[in-house]
Order: sequence, then C-alpha cells, then structure tokens
Amino acid sequence: MKVDQLSIFLENRAGRLAEVTQILSEAGVNIRALSLADTSDFGILRLIVSDFEKAKDKLKAAGFTVGRTSVVAVEVNDQPGGLHNILGMLQAAGINVEYMYAFVQQSGNSAVLIFRFDRTDQGIELLSKNNITIIPGDKLYTM
Amino acid sequence: MIYDVKNETLPREELEALQLRRLQALCERVYANVPFYKKKFDEKGVKPQDIKTLKDVRLLPFTIKQDLRDQYPFGLFAVPKDQIVRIHSSSGTTGTATVVGYTKRDIENWGKLVARCLMAAGASASDTVHNAYGYGLFTGGLGAHYGAETLGATVVPMSGGSTRRQVTLLKDFAPNVICCTPSYALFLAETGLELGIDIRELPLRIGIFGAEPWTNEMRVEIEKKLGITAIDIYGLSEVMGPGVAIECAAAQDGLHIQEDHFLAETINPVTGEPVAPGEEGELVFTTLTKEGIPLIRYRTRDLTVLNTTPCKCGRTTARMKRVTGRSDDMLIIRGVNVFPSQIESILIDTEGLTPHYQLIVERQGNLDTLEVRVEVNEALFSDEIKSLQRVESKVMKNIKEFLGVTAKVKLVEPKSIERSLGKAKRIIDNRNKG
Repeated sequence: MKVDQLSIFLENRAGRLAEVTQILSEAGVNIRALSLADTSDFGILRLIVSDFEKAKDKLKAAGFTVGRTSVVAVEVNDQPGGLHNILGMLQAAGINVEYMYAFVQQSGNSAVLIFRFDRTDQGIELLSKNNITIIPGDKLYTM
Repeated sequence: MIYDVKNETLPREELEALQLRRLQALCERVYANVPFYKKKFDEKGVKPQDIKTLKDVRLLPFTIKQDLRDQYPFGLFAVPKDQIVRIHSSSGTTGTATVVGYTKRDIENWGKLVARCLMAAGASASDTVHNAYGYGLFTGGLGAHYGAETLGATVVPMSGGSTRRQVTLLKDFAPNVICCTPSYALFLAETGLELGIDIRELPLRIGIFGAEPWTNEMRVEIEKKLGITAIDIYGLSEVMGPGVAIECAAAQDGLHIQEDHFLAETINPVTGEPVAPGEEGELVFTTLTKEGIPLIRYRTRDLTVLNTTPCKCGRTTARMKRVTGRSDDMLIIRGVNVFPSQIESILIDTEGLTPHYQLIVERQGNLDTLEVRVEVNEALFSDEIKSLQRVESKVMKNIKEFLGVTAKVKLVEPKSIERSLGKAKRIIDNRNKG
C-alpha cells in the first residue's frame, strides 16, 4: 500500500532543478507528482515517478544525493472537505503528517493526496479502516 | 615618546652584541634544562658553544607549533613548575592547544614590553586604557592589562562582549586608548551610532589593534569612523603574547620588533633558508630573555618583510611589515584561531558527516564571518527539511562550543566542493579582496 517517493537534495542555485528534469526526461521517466520544499540554502525535491529504480540510478550516477521514502497516496473526491475529513481522522488517532502534497486527476473528479506520516503503517491501517481509498504504488506510477 | 629609551634606541652594533650574549646564554639554558632541545641540538650536531656570531643562529633547529602540541602541556618549560606564575593557552580542541608558562620575571618583562608598545602608539601614564581584549587563557587581555598598568595608565578591564555596555563605558569613563581587535573597533562604532553615541566625539584618541589580520584600508576606515589613530600591534602567545612588535604613531610604517628580547629572522617557508633583505619570508623568532618557555627559532607562519633602516621615531629596532598572510592555513576569525583540522574533527564527530567541507571567510560589514560548507551524503540525507536543519544547527553548536566562533553551516551537494589536485582547498578567504 506504500508508495516509493524519490527525494533529492538540491542546492538552491539556478538551473539545478532543470538538471533533474533533464535527466529524467532523457531516461524516459515520467513525473507523476512533485513537491519542492526549500530553505534559503537548499531544497528537497520529492517525486513520484513512473520508474523509481531507473530514476534513482540515473540521478545517482549524475552525482545527486537521493533517498527513498515510503509515502501514502490517498484518493479523495475533489470537493470541499475532502482533505479536512482525512486530517480529522489522523488528528484523532494522533498520527502526525510530516508533510503532504496533492494533485488533481485529469478527469477532475478526484484528487490524490500524498502523505508522509510519522508512523506510516498505523496511518495506512487507520485510513483503510475508515474506507479511504489508498492508491497502491504500481497504480500511481502508471496513472 | 619612548618608554625605554636606552633599549629601544641602542645603536645597531650594541643591540647585536646584546642579542648575541643573550642568545648564547639562552642556548646554554635550553640545552641544559629542556630535554626536547638537547635532543634537537644533538640531532643537528650543534652545541651551545658553536654560537659565536648572531648569524650562527642558523645552525640551530627550528621549533614549530606542532612541537608545542607534542610537548603538551609542560614539556617545553625550562624552569621547575614552582617558578611558573602564570599559564596561558591557545584556543583549540584536543591536539591543537598550545600551552605557555611565564615566570615572575617573564610577566614583568612582558608588562614592560607592552608598556613600550603603548607609548610607541602615543599613550602615556596619564591615559585611561579601555581593554576589550578577552581576558583568560588568551594572552590578549592580560597582556594588554599588565602593560597598561606597567605604563602607569588607568585600566578599564572590560574584556570582550557586552558591546552596548562597552559603548556606554567609552562615553562614561572617557578612556583615551582602546585595545581590541580591529573588526571589533568598527563594531563598537556602529553600535555607538545605534545608541546615539558618536565615538568620534569622545576623548578616545588611540586604538591598539591586533589578534587578527587587517589591512591598511581597514585602518583608514577605523580612523575615520572612530576619529582615532589606529595602531597595529603584533604578538603571539607562543613567543609571548601582544607586545612582540608595534607600529609607532610617528611613522605608522611597519612594526618595531622588540629586538633586545626577540631575535627575528625571515626564511623561505619551503626551504627554511634565510631570505634576502627586503624580501618577504616567514617570520621566525628566538626568544632571548624568556625563562618559562624559551623558544629557539619558532616558526610563526606569518609572512612579512624585515626593514632595518632607521625610523623617524628614533627607535633603532627593525620593523616588520604588516602581516596579511600566513604560510599555513590557520584562520583568525575575530581574534580566534581556527584550523580547518578542528572543523574537520567536529564534522567527523557529528554523526553522519564525512569531511568534505570548505571554509568561507568573508568580512560582512566590519565583522569576519565564517561559513562552513559541508557536503551531504546518503547517510545524512533525509527527505525532511527539519532533520537536515537539525544537522546544521548541531554542527554550528559544536563549532561554537569547541572553538568559540559562530559559524554558519551550509549543506551543499556532494562533489560541489572543488577537488583540487592533491591537497584539498579548505579555505576561501575573501576578507582581503576588493
């Protein structure tokens, strides 16, 4: 039920992000979802890609520091309260969201939320119990 | 005005005769009392009685900072411990600290030498000296303090820090002389303006600045912003502390070396051979009178040019050019000595950090800033900003704690620090540029 997220360390300088996208582009790897967190000095690029291993190998070969993180992808109806409902559940269960990002699917009917929990397994268990749709990795990678 | 007219204006010939007598006695002393030197002399096949002229100093072995470290703490002391009345030590974590000890007479001599310096800078017994060098193991504070007292001046033993209070006391106590690092002087001027106190309007007349490299441009700025004469003082704890050499206010053209106490040479830092007069070389000192920890041909790593032409102030002592470079990689950040190796140890001790790092020194405004760039690796990397920032602040805290300097720690990408051929380029010092 977990999704592999690729995390990349980036220095804050011009063109660095473009180097990542160029490598992925040349490798024929598609970016499914993306989030960039940054400080004044550095950023962490978080990606869900169509081919995790390939992306990781290419980026490592190009000298990037990369990491693998297990995140959880959740599908919700694209309507007011969708995210709030889930956050309420998590709060009640005392599960902390380290970070999250989201994207709306092409069809426009649902949104995908990507969560990084402090306790990933408990998070999945809680969401399943509450009948929340969790998108498995292999489905998300090829969406 | 000259504090010790006799000794500061000795005709060259008499000075050299005095130096030779003292050098010969010194060699006898260290050969008999310091096993380290006996061994070094024996290894070079030189005996104290081989020193027949001043030039024969070249027969003697060099002493380097590492020797002091190796003999930590008291291995180079030349008198029994009960004759030592004071101990000072350089900054530094384990392996880099050096310890020096002073006898009662050393302390008295030191006081007199600093008194000479203060007078050469234009101070007198009727002045009040605001001493903002740090007190403690660092030689700056107590060195200047004893010198000012020996001169008969009034000392305000302010030490470092509490900048706003310093400014208030500059106004309230109206000192005429200030001793501190040059960058701190500018910081005081800025702080003064924030508090509505223009230091130019205070009775402060002279600043005696040392403990960090500074340029003539900085002198001009200090003189303008504080309305004082800025004098360069030179010293190092291994040789004595502040007071080894000073600029005279009359010429402000090179620092007079107190040659009756310190025999100065300049050498090629690579070959160890003497450099020609007028050429830049590494400054080497032999302490002629010190009892506690006399040093033979101590390599300062400071690069300078010696000048023996007469000075218009009347002193006959040789002058050294302002030191702006060092032959090794020691950094002086706001008066604190920092070696890349110390930063390295801290990085290694901070979990997960491999020591690919670089030190960037800048002068922002008037203060030195140190940035430590550290390459991330996979062990250290995390997808969470806060854990990377935790690493940064941990390193920052350790540097502050162990070295006493505030550094900005910046994580950078692997391989982004230039790998030069052979020795890593650890330091980028932008302080003396444009």
